Parts: sequence; structure tokens; C-alpha cells
Amino acid sequence: MLLTDDQKMLQETAANFLADEGSIAKQYRHWRDTHCEDGFGHALWKQFGELGLTGIAIPESHGGLGLGATEAALVLEEIGRNLTPSPFLTTGIVAAKAIEGTAHADRWYPGILSGEAVLALAVDEGPRHAPDQTALDAKRQGNGFILNGHKQFAVHAASADIIVTAARTSGSPGDSNGITLFAVPRDAAAIDNVNLADSSKAGRITFDNVELDADAVIGEVDGGWAPLSRALNVGRAGAAAELVGVAAGAAAMTFDYLRTRKQFGKLIGEFQALQHRAAHLYGEIEIARAAVLKAAQMLGSGDDRADLWVSVAKAKAADVASLAAREGIQMHGGIGMTDEHDIGLYLKREAVLGELFGDVYYHRNRVAGLSCY
Amino acid sequence: MTDLGAFRAETRAWLEANCPAEMRQPMRSEADMCWGGRDWTFQSDAQRHWLEVMAERGWTVPDWPKDYGGGGLTPEQAIVLKEEIARIGARQPLYSFGISMLGPALLKFGTEEQKCHYLPQIAGGEIRWCQGYSEPGAGSDLAGLQTKAEDKGDHWLVNGQKVWTSYADKADWIFCLTRTSTESKQGGISFLLFDMKTPGVSTRPILLISGNSPFCETFFDDVKVPKDQVVGEVNKGWDVAKYLLGHEREMISGMGLGGGGSLGAAMKPADPMLRAAIAAFDVDALAFQAMSERFTSLWKAGEAHPASPSMMKYAGTELNKRRNELMMAAGGSEALEWVAKQPRDWLRSKGNSIEGGTSEVQLNIVAKHILRLPGA
Repeated sequence: MLLTDDQKMLQETAANFLADEGSIAKQYRHWRDTHCEDGFGHALWKQFGELGLTGIAIPESHGGLGLGATEAALVLEEIGRNLTPSPFLTTGIVAAKAIEGTAHADRWYPGILSGEAVLALAVDEGPRHAPDQTALDAKRQGNGFILNGHKQFAVHAASADIIVTAARTSGSPGDSNGITLFAVPRDAAAIDNVNLADSSKAGRITFDNVELDADAVIGEVDGGWAPLSRALNVGRAGAAAELVGVAAGAAAMTFDYLRTRKQFGKLIGEFQALQHRAAHLYGEIEIARAAVLKAAQMLGSGDDRADLWVSVAKAKAADVASLAAREGIQMHGGIGMTDEHDIGLYLKREAVLGELFGDVYYHRNRVAGLSCY
Repeated sequence: MTDLGAFRAETRAWLEANCPAEMRQPMRSEADMCWGGRDWTFQSDAQRHWLEVMAERGWTVPDWPKDYGGGGLTPEQAIVLKEEIARIGARQPLYSFGISMLGPALLKFGTEEQKCHYLPQIAGGEIRWCQGYSEPGAGSDLAGLQTKAEDKGDHWLVNGQKVWTSYADKADWIFCLTRTSTESKQGGISFLLFDMKTPGVSTRPILLISGNSPFCETFFDDVKVPKDQVVGEVNKGWDVAKYLLGHEREMISGMGLGGGGSLGAAMKPADPMLRAAIAAFDVDALAFQAMSERFTSLWKAGEAHPASPSMMKYAGTELNKRRNELMMAAGGSEALEWVAKQPRDWLRSKGNSIEGGTSEVQLNIVAKHILRLPGA
């Protein structure tokens, strides 16, 4: 599991770009404090395009780089480290995977490559992730479909050109068969643009007799589970990678604080009570990163254990990012509770990413299920 | 087919042809482990055969150079071999502190003569080694050791006592840390090798809470050691000792992997709370398995931090203790039956985070050498 020279180069490019242009001051705080409706900057998304980063998951036949989950993970770790808000994960990795190999790819890949298009994914219908429970009703009507129901936690839905939406065309909630993916134009449904704890935006979407043409279908009618699962898997691995970045960023900030803050006439990093917790955290982050790289490798080689490893990575990374953020605030003391200090932002981001595409409990349960117990 | 693919096919065929069926059965107890050595009694012809054919091929130490009895495999080939061995459930042909600890130290610090003499004996399982490190007054503070080696011109005269010497009563030779100077704590230690049959060496097993005695007290009373049996320079044995500890910690961290399978799949916990605890454990165990693979690649490529075995040892041993706790819970009252392997394994596992440097010592090392925290 060593990185190739090309991968190390990509990592360096992403690290430099995001530490500079994607910094907390320039992006996270700027868009939060100016009450931006998108929650991210379109100019930065275009810069992702100029650097070629938007094409990581897009096949070479469509002008992308045709790279894999490992490369996506390297970029996402840097995004996490800098808390950079962007459509990279939801548009560039997840939606790009959902529409792969369909006519929608021809339509939207050019916009993703240039960093102009934004695509969202709408799956969850309740407060907890449960994709097979999809109930949003899609009935055939004339040459197309009519949709009725509800979606929530659809990241960037209000900013998206289209919302890749999982709906039920047959069967009942709990069946993985009978789900169909639709490309829903943003204006077709009523979107409540919800501000989340980390100032990122996610849509609550109401479908009230939303009429779609037949060509809004992505892939096969009733056959949406396979592409949805593929999209969710890269999304989960990607969120896990971003969580490792969040953990590493929070830890680096905290370790620096231990090396500079004085109390009782000593640097607080001299206290063994803190040293041991810091060392434990360091190890946990290394382990989470290894799990993410393993999951990416499994996705890349199409291994049938990929589902298992993706869930291991997501559960572990969320767990560790939570630890890093909680320890970060505690070790910073009072200053860690202030809005002025950045450490608290890591806690907020970790919570949202931890929930995205299934939380720790969802993925532990999936690991148990896939291991037949 | 790639070269690695061809190697895999070849390896698979060879293992199929050469690994006896008996050696593909899971080990029933510690008694099934083959340690080799001068006094070793093979449990069966299959155990003897398996060691002989693997040693013949250099596969008891797949990544050591062929000149010293190794297999000369690349790191990638070594991983393939490991996977193929795991695929058929073959037992490890030889358990050896020579392989996991002394060998790497000799490869780095030994003279050409020492390498040619000792390494093939280790690879073939001919000599069983034990480790003379801890002393009654030097546990976590290992460099405070007092076992004395006096320069008597044509030999070293060793006097003192070691403790926690694993299998000292069964070992043929010892690699032993001795004090050759009192001028500096770490700078007065020398790394000696000698035969446990040398007059003046005696051992006494220590009975553990597990009811077993894997460790001994080892006594040295005017033991004469030939002058050329020093590894590295005199008074610079601490460098050798630390390097070896890195390998020991790497080896011990391997217990974090357990048998490699899912604990939940093995235990089938019916209780939902226990299932949840085991699922949380399985996530951590699989993530650690990924870390172990990544660490091995990084270590072999020279990209790992020199102190990273401390992180691995800490994580692996804490995980193994947790595994044993969960197995006890899943086993219920049956897991308490003393004749079974379970309660002894559980009790023995408590030593994992003590031997080879306590968890607290490992965290100190990470804090100091990796995180560079002040005053650590």
C-alpha cells in the first residue's frame, strides 16, 4: 500500500492548492460569515477544474483523468485538513459515479470537468441513512414519470444543476430492487436549503407531483440499486478520506498548541497525561488512514470485499475524527470553545461528514452483516 | 500474466504439493507450535517435513538474502507468499526469536563472519534463541540494567540476573544485554551472544496467572564468553538493543491480527449488545490489519518513522486484550472452564501490553520521537 510517484505528486499539488486557496480563512469562514447560500465558492470549484482535479473520477474517454479511489482519497484528505467547502465529493466523485456510462454522463461531464456544474445526490428520507428504505414514489405517466415524496440531507441540492434522486418505481421500502435513479432539475422540486452545524448546506426536498420525462431516468428503470451502491461506496470511501484529513488537521493544530501553551510554568505538552492521549490519537489517525487506503485499493481492483472495507473505513474514520476533534477542544481548554479559534470548526465538520452516507453505527452494523453475524 | 502472478501460481502449486494435510489444520494449543533447536522433539513427521521443506526453500525467512539461508524474495513476493500460506491455512513452519528479533539485528550490525555463522542456523531452526533483556531492577527502565560483563583479556566474565527471559529453559543460545562500563547509562551496554550450556548459566521458570510458564529467571555465575561473541561495538550495544526492540515490537504487534478472521463471524453473538461491541471491535481489528499491511510496506521501503513500531505494538496489544475480553464474554461460563484454552489465553494476553515495553513506554516513545512533544 505504497503511493506511486504520480500519486505523491497529485497529493503535493492538492496539499499546496488547498492549504493556500482552500484555507479556513479564505473559504470556510469567508462563506459562512458572508451568509453564502451555496456554502462554497464557485471560483474555487473552477480552480479545481483548472488543476484537473475535477476529472479524477471521470473516464479518459470523456476527457477526465480516469484515476481511482486512491487518488480521490488523497485530494479529499487535503480538503478535510483545510475544512474546504466544495462540491468535489458530492459532484466530482459521487454524482460522477452515479451517472457513469449513461447519456447523463455525456451531458454533465464537460461541466464537471470545467468546475462549472454542480450535481447533488438525494437518497435519505429520514434522519438516518437507509438507502434500501427508499419510498419516494415514481409512477409512470404518459411518456415519463410523476414523483411524490420527500428527501433530506441532500448536500448542495439548492446549488445543483441536477439532483440525482433515488426513487421507487416498484416493490416496497426495504427492497433493493425497484429503485430507479432520476436526474431531477433543481427547479422541478421545492427545496428548503438547510444550514447545517458546519455551515454547509443540504436540501430538504419536497416532490409534489413532479413530472419528469423518460430521459430523466439514469440507467435502467428498477435497476438503480447497482449504480446507487457504486456511487454510495465511492462517497463513503471519500467521506472517510475527508474525515482522516479533518482528524489530521485537528490533531496537528492540537499538537502545536501542546508545544506552545504554558501553564504552571511549563509547556503543557510536557505533561504525560496529555502526551499519552496525543500519542494514542496519532496512532488512531494512522490506522484510519490505512483503512481508507485499503478501501480505496479494494474499490480500485473491484474486489468483492470492497463493501466490507468501505464500511470499515467509514466507521473507523468517523470514530477517529470525532476523537481528534473532541480531544482537540479539550486540550485547547477555554480558547477551544470560542468561535474565534478554528479547532471548534473541526468538531462541526466531523459531525456532518460522520453522518453523511451512513454513520459509525450504520457501518458497524453493515460490517457485521457482511461478516454473516 | 505479470511476474507476480506467475510467482503466485508457482507458489500455490508448490505449497499444494509440499504442505502436509496435518500442517493445514488449525493449531489446537501452544504445543502445536514448532520452535526447533538442538533439543526439539518433533510432534510428528509432518511437522518435521514442513519445517525441512520450507527451510530448504529459504521460506522460513522469505525476505532474507539467499546467502544466509533466506528466500531472497522481494517485499511484494513475500506478501504473496503470506497470502498463499493463509489461503490454505498452513501453519507457520517455525516460531523463532532468532527470526523475529536477533536475525534483523545481525543483518544490520553483525560482521560478515557472524552473519554466515548464525543466520543459516536460525533459518533452519537448528538453534533456538532466547532474549536476555529485562532484569529485576530494569523493566521499563531497561537501560538501567546491571548484569556485568568484565573484560578478562581473552574472554568476557558475565555475572548477574535476567528476568522474563522467554523460554530460557528451552533455548540453546541467548542474546544478552550486559554492562561493560558504568561511565554512561546507555553508553555502557554491550550485546553478547552465548551458549546456554556454558557453565554458570541456570534458569528457573516463572509460573504465570495463566497457569503456564513461558518465562524464566536466568542467572549468570562467572559465565565465560569468548571475546568475538559481541554484536556491534563494545559499549554500543544499546543501538543494537533498540533496533532489535523495533523488530520485537513489530512482531508483538502482529497479535493484533488474531487469527485474521472476523471475531463476530467466529462467535455468532446472539445478544444484541454483545454483537454491537464485537462489531465495533471488528472494525478496529480490520482497520488495524490494513495498518499492519501498510506499515510492513512502508517499513520495508524505508518510509516508516523509526519509532513507528511503538505505535504498532501499542495498538496491536491493546486490541488483542480487547479481543480476549470479548471472547470471554461470548463464551460465557464455558469460557471459564480451566481445562479449556480460552481462560489461559485471556489471562496470558494481559502480559501483551507489558512485555517488549509497556503500552505507557510505547506512548512515551511516540510522544517524544514522532510528535516531538516537549520534555518527553
